[in-house]
Amino acid sequence: MCPRPATSARPQGSDGGDAGCLALTNPVHIMLVRRTISDLARRIGMNEVDSVKLGTAVSELARNLLEHGGGGEVTYAVVKQGQAHGVKVVFEDSGPGIADVERAMQDGQSTGAGMGIGLGGAGRLVDSLAVDSTPGRGTRVEIVKWAASKWLLRR
Amino acid sequence: MGRIAVLKQRGTLFVSMPEDIDDASAGELLTDILERVEMDSCKGVIVDLSALEFVDSFLGRIIADIANCSSVLDARTVVCGMRPAVAITLVELGMDFPRVSFAMDIEEATDQLQGRA
Repeated sequence: MCPRPATSARPQGSDGGDAGCLALTNPVHIMLVRRTISDLARRIGMNEVDSVKLGTAVSELARNLLEHGGGGEVTYAVVKQGQAHGVKVVFEDSGPGIADVERAMQDGQSTGAGMGIGLGGAGRLVDSLAVDSTPGRGTRVEIVKWAASKWLLRR
Repeated sequence: MGRIAVLKQRGTLFVSMPEDIDDASAGELLTDILERVEMDSCKGVIVDLSALEFVDSFLGRIIADIANCSSVLDARTVVCGMRPAVAITLVELGMDFPRVSFAMDIEEATDQLQGRA
């Protein structure tokens, strides 16, 4: 089980880790989770726009986790592919699951308090989004966003 | 969280959106704004987003609700202070705000509202 995050909305300084796990059981955790992950993204060299996109996607998916999944866990880690660095985030719940994933990916399909952006919207903000859902058992959403590669300078 | 302050100046309401707004506060804020639009016959509502590093669909819905409900009471909503990274993200996210106009800052927002009168 994930350790519970602190109840204050502001994280107590960066934990400096390249990976972590946060329990998501309360709306106040949404802010902590998106802040923690976007700070990590900046640390590995992601630019501001990309880290804001990532944080916003995390916010959307974390809210889904709470509203539809009944709460769950968010696990994040730095990932590498050759010279590229990125952040992978996994949202996991044991809620009712999504019956029609394809439909949920389309805009205008919100069944909650949002603007009908759905999974499709969050998916546009990141490089990859994968959904694994079993009705009655739960849902796992995994996203990855890569930091744009910088030109390497010759010495 | 505590009540969100809504300020009035010359027929215009002003609110700076906090980052940690929750469901209950959002409802209270909307009610506050609409009551004051009606009671004080306000013609404009300025919503400042400069404190927000992230605007997700939840916040987007709050802004849209303020604009839609205010327009029913004949008040115009102007959003100001949006950070560039947020603006780019909102467009990518596909959020649309038909009853909202945008300004860089409070001064521009006020000019827009006065131009209307």
